[in-house]
Amino acid sequence: MNTHNNNTTFGFWVYLMSDCVLFAALFATYAVLQTQTFGGPGASELFDLNFVLTETLILLTSSFTVGLATIFSLEHKKRATLVALATTFILGLSFVGMEVFEFTHLIAEGSGPSANAFLSSFFVLVGTHGAHVTAGLIWMFVVMLHVMRGSVGNKLYTLSLFWHFLDIVWIFIFTFVYLFGALAL
Amino acid sequence: MLGKLDLSAFIHGPIETVAQLSVVFGVVVVVGLLSYYKAWGWLWREYLTSLDAKKIGIMYIALSFVMLARGAVDAFMMRTQQAIEVGANSGFLSPDHYAQVFTAHGVIMIFFVAMPFMFGLINLIVPLQIGAKDVAYPFLNSMSFWLTVVGAVLINLSLVVGEFAATGWLAYPPLSELQFSPGVGVDYYIWALQIAGVGTLISGINFLVTITTMRLKDMSWMKMPIFVWTVFGAMILVIFAFPILTGTLGLLSLDRIAGFHFFTTDLGGSAMMYVNLIWAWGHPEVYILILPAFGIFSEIVPTFSQKRLFGYTSMVVATLAIVFLSFIVWVHHFFTMGAGADVNAFFGIMTMAIAIPTGVKVFNWLFTMFRGRILFKTPMLWFMGFLTTFVLGGATGVLLAVPGADFQLHNSLFLVAHFHNMIIGGVLFGFFAGFVYWFPKIFGFMLNERLGVYAFWCWIVGFVLAFIPLYILGLMGMTRRLYEVSPQFHPLLVVAGVGAAVIALGMFFQVLQLVVSIWQRKENPAGDNPWNGTHLEWQTSSPPPFDPERSNDGVMVGILAGLFGFAMIWQIWWLAVIGLVGVLAVLIARSFQHHEHS
Ligand code: HEM
Ligand SMILES: [Cu+2]
Repeated sequence: MNTHNNNTTFGFWVYLMSDCVLFAALFATYAVLQTQTFGGPGASELFDLNFVLTETLILLTSSFTVGLATIFSLEHKKRATLVALATTFILGLSFVGMEVFEFTHLIAEGSGPSANAFLSSFFVLVGTHGAHVTAGLIWMFVVMLHVMRGSVGNKLYTLSLFWHFLDIVWIFIFTFVYLFGALAL
Repeated sequence: MLGKLDLSAFIHGPIETVAQLSVVFGVVVVVGLLSYYKAWGWLWREYLTSLDAKKIGIMYIALSFVMLARGAVDAFMMRTQQAIEVGANSGFLSPDHYAQVFTAHGVIMIFFVAMPFMFGLINLIVPLQIGAKDVAYPFLNSMSFWLTVVGAVLINLSLVVGEFAATGWLAYPPLSELQFSPGVGVDYYIWALQIAGVGTLISGINFLVTITTMRLKDMSWMKMPIFVWTVFGAMILVIFAFPILTGTLGLLSLDRIAGFHFFTTDLGGSAMMYVNLIWAWGHPEVYILILPAFGIFSEIVPTFSQKRLFGYTSMVVATLAIVFLSFIVWVHHFFTMGAGADVNAFFGIMTMAIAIPTGVKVFNWLFTMFRGRILFKTPMLWFMGFLTTFVLGGATGVLLAVPGADFQLHNSLFLVAHFHNMIIGGVLFGFFAGFVYWFPKIFGFMLNERLGVYAFWCWIVGFVLAFIPLYILGLMGMTRRLYEVSPQFHPLLVVAGVGAAVIALGMFFQVLQLVVSIWQRKENPAGDNPWNGTHLEWQTSSPPPFDPERSNDGVMVGILAGLFGFAMIWQIWWLAVIGLVGVLAVLIARSFQHHEHS
């Protein structure tokens, strides 16, 4: 049983590596197409840094709470684990909500993904991250059920790995897309 | 309600209708035979739902053989078209159909012949060679297989409903964009590869973890058989390359479905971005295929030379060097892009550098044979065939790596000859060798040697006849993918056509060999170690013990993923949602059952 758990964790790490490559490809695409605004507004005109900073803080906090959940789970504190997970879930949901708001706002302004290559690559890079977070939320829901049933095993551990990984990807997005974009670097 | 799907999707020209009816006929025959012999229950329990890596391996190879027949028919159609297209005769294929045929041929041969053949052999042998009962995640293994099947089914379905891409096997934009390919052909291409590609990625992780964590206790890294090492290298490449394919095809489909502008000609899209991305996957892909073939030969040569492998350590180092180098050569596929002299020089030199570790391997095999007592059994014949053709293909590869020469030869038949040289003489011969070498182990009886020898000689002679003329044609200036050809090329194209026919004869002998050997299986028992092999797989019984563990979920995921793919192709959104949610539901439900296996 033990070796099997180690296997799962190691396999999951390897999966995360491959996901890194996917994001690397999308970052590269963004880097190449970034300037292709075709006369439309560029990053510095479109992004609101305060809004994105809030998103970032929410996501970072959720990484903290999912960490708490893992610790509580190791200490067999079922209720505390669930509370921490529920908090993470709400934070994650708010993050996705804010992203959806940002996207609809941009589309309403006429800066949707089909406006030009820059926006296509922006929407896909950020949206792929958002889709990962959404998948993480579904998974988190399932893990909460497992915690309630007492069948969680190392599922919470892999979930938290995933969640931290998304956090790191977001830091890169925040830096290279939003921060450098807003500063027109 | 049914998206873009309507009755017109079923109506084709005369030749396409023949293809359509043959697919339908084939399915009816198979279903009929299975029902007549009441074999469904057996098939379901013993194979389709099995979680045993060897059973899954056998299914992979069966899939690969079926698709090899399909891919070869495509090849023979092209060879016939180019051989008879002269003077007033414009051949029997329409230009658009011809384009679909070469696209399907390339896609099928790479993704649904070579890849499943490789994963089949890996499944059969790697667990046995490292002394593991099974792979790390048997259920995911079954699921990967079914996702591969879905890809193959979708491609064949395109013969019946709709059409296939007419873009070439890598679907370069802008041709593959909606503007120039408004039909569903490119969508079949995208979703067949997306779904099969996810399966491949999961397999890659599965075998990497298996090799890393499940070896016998006293098998340290440097005691692993070279086959295991090369598979390990190939799986690293899978893990780093396939996400790029997934991403790239995802972007292309967003362009097509949602009007994005990644690779379009307008609004800032960049087709060259696609070409870079697809080859950042594509070059590692060819090494994914060739590395395990190298590994197979590293098993066969010592066995049949009755000596130890020469230069084990240098084999390992060469393998890892190839893994590393294969990620920094992709630009050699488009030197003509205009990236500039510096960039082209860098990628040209890196490409040539790969010849060094490859050469190390060739010399190691030669030194293993040196002063050995060589037994020329069929696996060894395939090796000899490989060695001669592969060295030639390697030399033309180094030639193409010189940007200046490539400017002339890019997209010519010289290139087509080169990569068939590597992929038939290298990959396919390697897998055939592995197949005949390990067949007795897995099935417990020997393959008919004489028919195997006939098959080999047909393949090698057919290969030379079919592809050496293409080098000459390429030097004469004939470009690839031509449905109409200038008359001066005609004689050599006839030779190539004859070569294809000889290859067909070789395939016939292979089928005959299987049939005859199965027929006479009682007379030719293999024993545990018919070739006096030294690695662990020969220490167990033939056939090895099978694991009775099974699960229906792999098939379920396959069916639902197939529905999802079909729905995405025809833009039937409700069905796509059902398929995707269904897959999720199966996997989530699985997490709530108790399993020994994941
Ligand atoms: C069975 C013997 C085979 C024959 C006679 C054959 C013949 C051909 C021909 C005539 C073409 C078109 C060349 C052109 O563009 O003018 C072609 C293309 C191609 N073949 Fe093969 N082939 C064979 C086996 C294979 C195998 C085993 C593989 C890979 C595992 C393969 C991969 C490809 C690819 C990738 C293309 C390029 C398709 C494109 O242009 O998009 N072929 N082949
Ligand atoms: Cu290459």
